[in-house]
Amino acid sequence: MVTFAGPKKRRSTVVAILETKGLSKTFGAVTAAADINVVINEGEIVGVIGSNGAGKTTFINMVTGYLKPSEGTILYRNRNITGLSPRQITRVGICRSFQIAQLFPELTALENMAIAFRLLENRRLGGFAPLLTEESVNRAIQELKEYGIEEYSDAVVATLPQGVRKLLDIAMALAGQPALLLLDEPTSGVAVDEKFALMDTVMKAVNRTGAATLFVEHDMEIIERYATRVIAFYDGSIIADAPTAEAMVNPDVKEYIIGAELHRQPEESLDNA
Amino acid sequence: MMLITDTTSRNLWIAMCVFLLMTFIIPNWLGFLTTVALAKGLVVLGLAMLMRTGLVSFGQGLYYCLGGYVVGIAGTQLGITDVIILLAITIISAIMISLLLGLLLCRYREIFFAMLTMAFSMILYGILVKSEVLGSTDGFNIEPASLMGWHPAIESLGTWVYMFTVVLTFLILQCIHRYFKSPLGFTGKAIRENEIRVEYLGISPKKVILLKYVIAAVLASVGGALTAMVAGHVDPEMAFWTTSGEFVFIALLGGITHVAAPIVGAIIFEIIRTFAFDLAPYSWQMILGAALLLIIFFLPNGLWSLLPAQRNGGQL
Repeated sequence: MVTFAGPKKRRSTVVAILETKGLSKTFGAVTAAADINVVINEGEIVGVIGSNGAGKTTFINMVTGYLKPSEGTILYRNRNITGLSPRQITRVGICRSFQIAQLFPELTALENMAIAFRLLENRRLGGFAPLLTEESVNRAIQELKEYGIEEYSDAVVATLPQGVRKLLDIAMALAGQPALLLLDEPTSGVAVDEKFALMDTVMKAVNRTGAATLFVEHDMEIIERYATRVIAFYDGSIIADAPTAEAMVNPDVKEYIIGAELHRQPEESLDNA
Repeated sequence: MMLITDTTSRNLWIAMCVFLLMTFIIPNWLGFLTTVALAKGLVVLGLAMLMRTGLVSFGQGLYYCLGGYVVGIAGTQLGITDVIILLAITIISAIMISLLLGLLLCRYREIFFAMLTMAFSMILYGILVKSEVLGSTDGFNIEPASLMGWHPAIESLGTWVYMFTVVLTFLILQCIHRYFKSPLGFTGKAIRENEIRVEYLGISPKKVILLKYVIAAVLASVGGALTAMVAGHVDPEMAFWTTSGEFVFIALLGGITHVAAPIVGAIIFEIIRTFAFDLAPYSWQMILGAALLLIIFFLPNGLWSLLPAQRNGGQL
């Protein structure tokens, strides 16, 4: 279990970092998400589970502005952020990683990291000062070290192993010191025996920044180990939202999700072998 | 990673001195050729900025022509011949038009961007061809340029324009070199590689593209203005799509990985063209075409890739 130090200063009145009210998304006749009501508090580590097509990624895409909700509102610290663009949401303090790592494939890992720092910190792009200075390079290397991937700093991203790309993707999301971090399947495509090491690294980094974190995951062992709370999606709706131990024994969760995941596992391990 | 010491800036100053010293030894025709090459090099430099962002403009002729005609009209209609004022008017008009068109263009990518830029440039061509006041397809002659009240003798005008062009080109190269190394310069390549990630780093790709488009337009208009000054004549051909295609040709020839590559490309292009024309007055385009084929086959990143790779002094 992860012990969380909490953000630097807690407010006396607890304001939810993220609150969604009646969030829905329909694509024509298909309802991808229906009436999603979620409250995420500062510093929480929330696992999101559900089988494929249950609405997990749709939810993340709506919160981060990639998709506009058909209905409902999204509040970030009581501020309505519904319908803002991804970059506005990023600037507000919500960052995300992607199921398929979204990087700059022809640049080196170090350049990716340096760009992430510079763009996230300096919205006006910092004029004519060079991007790669001794200071910015050292800082990027330092950050890659935190994720244990500094040996790849000069490698072009397109040549990197999947696990390294995933870590770099997450490192870039965290470079902006977000208050809320959304990780879309951080361990997908990563070999089974590397999953825990990857999550350990990620959680250490998350703790360092104190970001509230919401991660989508199919592996129940990972959910049990890292999440303090679980939100379970089924067919576009939330069927359970409870502390991890409680959610895991929820009959609906067991029937619709954990059962389905158990059937899914062997196939996946084969793919990763 | 070791930060490679960047000698580009120093080399550019040296090259500028060499070009200035050459003023006294090169024959007039070569001075003319070099001036035109440098002016075109500026246009291609702007195009290279767009190409590094993954956008090919087939319409830089629009601003090239705009620059030429602004200089021409200001001289003949308003009696303005001072190069500084002429360039200022050129740049302001280029910024205004490119902002307007850029707002639309920054929504498009790939072939749609290329075709739209070409369409806009052909619209200008169409207007100019129909404008009898501006000499229709023949164009018109330009008033000789002056500098701060000083009117050089007509015989030495070419030399002065050459020197002015050299200084201006290299000052611009210094700026663009810094720009390529800046976060904004890197963002171009980032957009080309992954626009979604750029959005999620809190930056609007559209705004970055708009800015690059405007800078490219300014460079093209300055190139056009300089060409008009040295050639003493403008015609609608400057906005015709083949002129824009020539800029793309030069970008491929020289490469876009380094700030000086478009300039080198432009100089070599002008040399090849001059000699090809001399050698085969009726089929010189074939020689150019063959040169382009060779480049695409053997040096897909342009002539610049012949130099030892060293990650181009902190550029991408």
